[in-house]
Amino acid sequence: MTSILIKNGFVIDPVQGIRGDKMDIAINDGKIVKNLSNPDKTIDASGMVVMAGGVDIHSHVAGAKVNVGRTFRPEDKLQSTYAPYHGIRHMAGGTSVPTVFKTAYMYADMGYTTVIEAAMPPLYARHTHEEMRDTPIIDEAALPMFGNNWFVLDYLKRGEMDNAAAYIAWLLRSTKGYGIKCVNPGGTEAWAWGLNCLSIDDPVPYFDITPRQIVSGLMEVNEYLHLPHSLHLHSNNLGNPGNYTTTLDTLKLSEGIKPNNNFGREQVLHHTHIQFHSYGGTTWADFESKGKEVMDYINSHPAVTCDIGFVTLDETTTMTGDGPFEYHLNKLNHLKWANTDVELECGSGIVPYVYSKDVYVCGVQWSIGLEMALLAKDHMRCYLTTDHPNAGPFWRYPRIMKWLMSEKARNDVLATMKNEDKVRDRSTLGSIDRELTLYEIAQMTRAGPAKALGLGSSVGGLVPGMQADIAVYPYNPETESDPEKIEWAFSHAKYLIKSGEVILNDGEVVSNGNKKTYWVDVKTTPNRQVERDIDQTFVKYYTVNKNNYEVNEHEFMKNPCVVQIDAIQ
Amino acid sequence: MNTVTITIKKQPDLFLEADCFTPDALAGKKADEIAELPVFIGKTVEKIGDYFTVSGETGPTADETRLVFNGDFTKVKYIGAKMSTGEVVLNGDADMYVGSWMSGGKITVNGSVGHFAATAMSGGELNITGNAGNYLGAAYRGDWRGMSKGKITVAGNVGSDCATFMTGGEIEIGGNVDVHVMTHADGGKVIIHGNAKSRLGGQATRGEIYLFGTVDVMMPGYVKAGETELTIGGTKAVFTIYDGDQGERHPTRKGLPIYAKLYLKK
Ligand SMILES: [Zn+2]
Repeated sequence: MTSILIKNGFVIDPVQGIRGDKMDIAINDGKIVKNLSNPDKTIDASGMVVMAGGVDIHSHVAGAKVNVGRTFRPEDKLQSTYAPYHGIRHMAGGTSVPTVFKTAYMYADMGYTTVIEAAMPPLYARHTHEEMRDTPIIDEAALPMFGNNWFVLDYLKRGEMDNAAAYIAWLLRSTKGYGIKCVNPGGTEAWAWGLNCLSIDDPVPYFDITPRQIVSGLMEVNEYLHLPHSLHLHSNNLGNPGNYTTTLDTLKLSEGIKPNNNFGREQVLHHTHIQFHSYGGTTWADFESKGKEVMDYINSHPAVTCDIGFVTLDETTTMTGDGPFEYHLNKLNHLKWANTDVELECGSGIVPYVYSKDVYVCGVQWSIGLEMALLAKDHMRCYLTTDHPNAGPFWRYPRIMKWLMSEKARNDVLATMKNEDKVRDRSTLGSIDRELTLYEIAQMTRAGPAKALGLGSSVGGLVPGMQADIAVYPYNPETESDPEKIEWAFSHAKYLIKSGEVILNDGEVVSNGNKKTYWVDVKTTPNRQVERDIDQTFVKYYTVNKNNYEVNEHEFMKNPCVVQIDAIQ
Repeated sequence: MNTVTITIKKQPDLFLEADCFTPDALAGKKADEIAELPVFIGKTVEKIGDYFTVSGETGPTADETRLVFNGDFTKVKYIGAKMSTGEVVLNGDADMYVGSWMSGGKITVNGSVGHFAATAMSGGELNITGNAGNYLGAAYRGDWRGMSKGKITVAGNVGSDCATFMTGGEIEIGGNVDVHVMTHADGGKVIIHGNAKSRLGGQATRGEIYLFGTVDVMMPGYVKAGETELTIGGTKAVFTIYDGDQGERHPTRKGLPIYAKLYLKK
């Protein structure tokens, strides 16, 4: 492998506390090294920003529902032109739900190198892995969903933590999953009965367990298994006015639980797309932000992390494992709706959505995301996401950076809104003059999420010994004053290096890299009861047999990267 | 107004996509420049001059440009697509997407057109002396935003799925129409002088269909709501009014639901 020296850039690395010092970064054999003599390649980064490759903690980029989103929205492909083959760049298209190739190229253009697929239905793990395998460049991992899984509901209800842990370890191994995702705990199962769980004490029909028990149980199991990532939660009551009380009730469940892992992770709960969960009011008429209340809680509780789920004011495709939410969204906008019940495990729904800046609710949603990120005190615990493609497509991240870094850019958007006064009135955004620094942006987009994922020792920073994932952006923080330049520069990385290999050279894709997929293999005490439960359940209830369920590394994965953990008690 | 004449001299073996055949794209260009412009056959890029002879002169703006196409264009797609102004005259038949996404200007076809003509049209005029294929003035596949403005006149027959997701504008059909008219519409008007088959206004919430001829099968979601005498497309007649589609969600005015209306000539 080649050795590379990136010379003279403004280096920003929160892992080492480097705040834009002019320095060189050396790469040898896929890793960052202290120094280097006679590099094979020298990159002149003068006048440019150098950061670790970006890490996206929550995005929907592979799997069954992503593909349904593609197939049921031919019109999504009209919004942007299909780019033909260009050099080694494969033909790529799609707008809010891009093809796997376009997904990789657009992440690369933004300088991102690690992306977590945040909702893998275990039954469709093979499909998810096939799409990830076919996505070049970026390293990925997928989080299987557990919050409505019949085994989990049964074991947790009976307080059988050992069994729940053994089952979850088996499922992570079988589906080659990375961590525990929980979407609308109990609510999606209730949806199969035409019901939902809107508070953490709403019982799940038949199972007679509450979201409170599910969330607490999954957090406990997560630490019992010493997993690299914490419980990754999309809590109940998403997207409804007044839901912030449900969110606060949920966040409080983390109190008293201690992180237990060898990966440097300090949180026990990651709450995703918190913007969608921080709503006040009782109806859409008196809808308002409770972003401050929720962020105040997160600011004072170091065992909680969050990503925002910024609304980008675009036409997009919503897709979530929260089946009942999508049904209700469809009742609001009357566009098309797809819904799936995934047997014993979960469900999902898909609805196109137009976030218009002239609809005041959308304007307020946009405000809440920005307000929360600007009120956050520790950006190592508050991350940049759009819950792609739910609140907007991921390729809008550079625009969000612009809004976070420039009060003028925010005011420019507010000024074009039809209901500007009303929007300003419903959140505190207008009164916030804070402008985030590139250092804080680097915390939100690489150092922070890498740490929360338990990947902080290898990615998200520029410490010698770490994987050489490095982005160079054509942005000069000393001379640049135009906020538009932020958006442009962070969508057009000049160089991108992934595992020591040049992916973007002078803005051109020159390699598809050697993407890898992380998964977690936890050894637990052998558990005959759980083994028997799994075997019997497959025979009795599943439409597939166990052998056709498991994901084989050789067939379905490219460059699998297993994280091994011993949790034998 | 200046006129450029484009005459087909060689039939392509496969279908040719010429999305530059609009006054917007060609205005201000000389005939020999136009002959050099790219057209596509699959992923192969070819030149206009390979298949067509170009003569005459364009106006300095699209507004002052008339394009006249002569010959058999049944292997050519996208004539007049996305045009916003100016004029297109087609003496012959054409393939798909004539006037698709057009927002202004005028297209006259002295012949017949293929499917998807005037897809999601938002303004202007499209006149066809022959027939039109399926999806005339319909939304693009999957989209919920159909024809919103403008006027389409077809002297002959029209295929299926005409005016799907229409929200405004008018389509007047001299002949017969195949199944599915104004499916999912939320506004607009379709006048049918000939006969219809079935599924008129299925899932429509607003909009009007006037039918002079017969309909084979009525939608079950339409109920009789009286009679009226009207002059439609220059013809005075008594129509039976039907309200529907009753199976859909309807907007209300002063507390009363607004329905899509089907007017069947008595
Ligand atoms: Zn999500």
